[in-house]
Amino acid sequence: MTAMTTAPVAAPAPSTGHRPPAKLRAWATRAPLLPALIFMIVVTQLPFVATLVISFFNWNALYPKARHFAGVDNYREVLTDADLRQSVGTTILLTVSVVLASLVLGLALALLLNRKFRGRGIVRTLLIAPFLVVPVAAALLWKHVLFNPEYGLFNGLLHYVGGPQPDWISNTPLIAVEAALVWQWTPFMMLILLAGLQSRDHEQIEAARVDGASDWQIFRHLTLPHLRRYLELGALLGSIYIVQNFDAVFTLTSGGLGTANLPYTVYQTFYQAHENGLASAAGVLVVIGSIIIATFALRVVSSLFREEVSRA
Amino acid sequence: MSAVAAHSRSRRGAGLGLLAWLVGLLFFLPIAWMALTSFHSEADAATNPPSFAAALTLDGYRDFFGVGGGASPWPALINSTVASLVSTLCVLLLAFPAAYALSIRPVRKWTDVLFFFLSTKMLPVVAGLLPIYLFAKNAGMLDNIWLLVILYTSMNLPIAVWMMQSFLAEVPVAVIEAAQLDGARLPTVLSRVVAPIALPGIAATALICFIFSWNELLFARVLTGVVAETAPVFLTGFITSQGLFLAKVCAASLVISLPVLAAGFAAQDKLVQGLSLGAVK
Repeated sequence: MTAMTTAPVAAPAPSTGHRPPAKLRAWATRAPLLPALIFMIVVTQLPFVATLVISFFNWNALYPKARHFAGVDNYREVLTDADLRQSVGTTILLTVSVVLASLVLGLALALLLNRKFRGRGIVRTLLIAPFLVVPVAAALLWKHVLFNPEYGLFNGLLHYVGGPQPDWISNTPLIAVEAALVWQWTPFMMLILLAGLQSRDHEQIEAARVDGASDWQIFRHLTLPHLRRYLELGALLGSIYIVQNFDAVFTLTSGGLGTANLPYTVYQTFYQAHENGLASAAGVLVVIGSIIIATFALRVVSSLFREEVSRA
Repeated sequence: MSAVAAHSRSRRGAGLGLLAWLVGLLFFLPIAWMALTSFHSEADAATNPPSFAAALTLDGYRDFFGVGGGASPWPALINSTVASLVSTLCVLLLAFPAAYALSIRPVRKWTDVLFFFLSTKMLPVVAGLLPIYLFAKNAGMLDNIWLLVILYTSMNLPIAVWMMQSFLAEVPVAVIEAAQLDGARLPTVLSRVVAPIALPGIAATALICFIFSWNELLFARVLTGVVAETAPVFLTGFITSQGLFLAKVCAASLVISLPVLAAGFAAQDKLVQGLSLGAVK
């Protein structure tokens, strides 16, 4: 209300020509942005620069006095280290398979839930639940309650049909981790794609149907192109989170049996082996890999709001 | 459209509705089973074949809350609540003005700034973890919940800026200009004009920040110990127990997931809106 009452006094200022100089106005525009920008630079970029510096040192936290400049030794060691190379492969495999599987499943579910049927709201609530369970809890659920070879639900159900009783995590560790992650991320993809489906132009679809287009033709030529940006967004966000996944690997297998991805390997190198220099070099390599993916991904995202750019 | 075609379409529709129900139940089955197991005694929980009709008991929950001895989860639950709520508040306070600068009065090259925010999300947590750890150790901030508050704020700020930018872009510029002509200064414009219009978007942003903070494990695992332990870290204590206390594990998982489940169920629509970041309209 104060704004309203002081209005007559303040209003003449812009009209009398005493406008603040352009420079000042530019800063006034930027000012609201600065706290967030400075905070992000201090909390995320400075530590990364420090990581970069540490990566050139031979530095084991248990022998701090032996710390010395090592040049690119750490990078050489990381790149020739078989475990680390394997964890690069694991990260790529894990991310690609989980993102693709949850996208395809999420699309199918979104198409199912886009139709009207009795109890649609309840089904949607049931489907969202896996995404809302705390990731560590979800991983514990899969490890102990579902996968356990002796009293897990999977083998319990197999018991009824007289099937085999495999030790899921030991036999197929990576698939076990992937299954748990796909279960968690499919609802996420479904939510995004459902939002996409609901923003479709219904008149266009009706028109196509009147013209005799089959359901498949409508899906292929109308729905899928419309969903493209939503699929890209889901893939991008899913990738960002699954590349960095730590919870599932840590909880389900503790990185054993060839499931250690890069975040887990870096965590182990510095948390258990105390090799600060090596861990940092590995971290820097993760970033370089991410930048390559991000450059590609940002191009995709930039298409997401190409239309909005005109606003600036 | 012929009557026969319409009939077959509606029959197929009913079939697909049934299929949706089946898949929904299938996805929910692990959670339902976890809930049922949490109410069984440890002996009934660990049987093969599974016991569907075993007697119900609250022992799992009693064990989890440390009634009969054992670590109490309350400090961890309180830490998680404080870290999630305070960091969400910080995120909103920082992201709202920034989103204003990027959408309503866009600064030059605002898309570049937005990309910078998103790119910090692509900087893997592990790439900055060690310096943060060393800094915290030297500053005596290890095992300190406020360090997590700062880190969770930085973790969620990029997403919040992204989401809010698109929500604020929908506020009509004419309304803002009218307020400014009336002499309202920026803080007044933000709090009295922009915020009320963008409120649903702000709520969605807050919800998602809360969920991600509540769920976070890596920072909490590395940077906290006994005092500032969060709920997910408390849960990791069950990893090596090999399911010996299955009912307790299930009770723990459910209780710790409950705030997120409740918030998510209550705001499904907002969640959808927020998760698609409003970026694609």
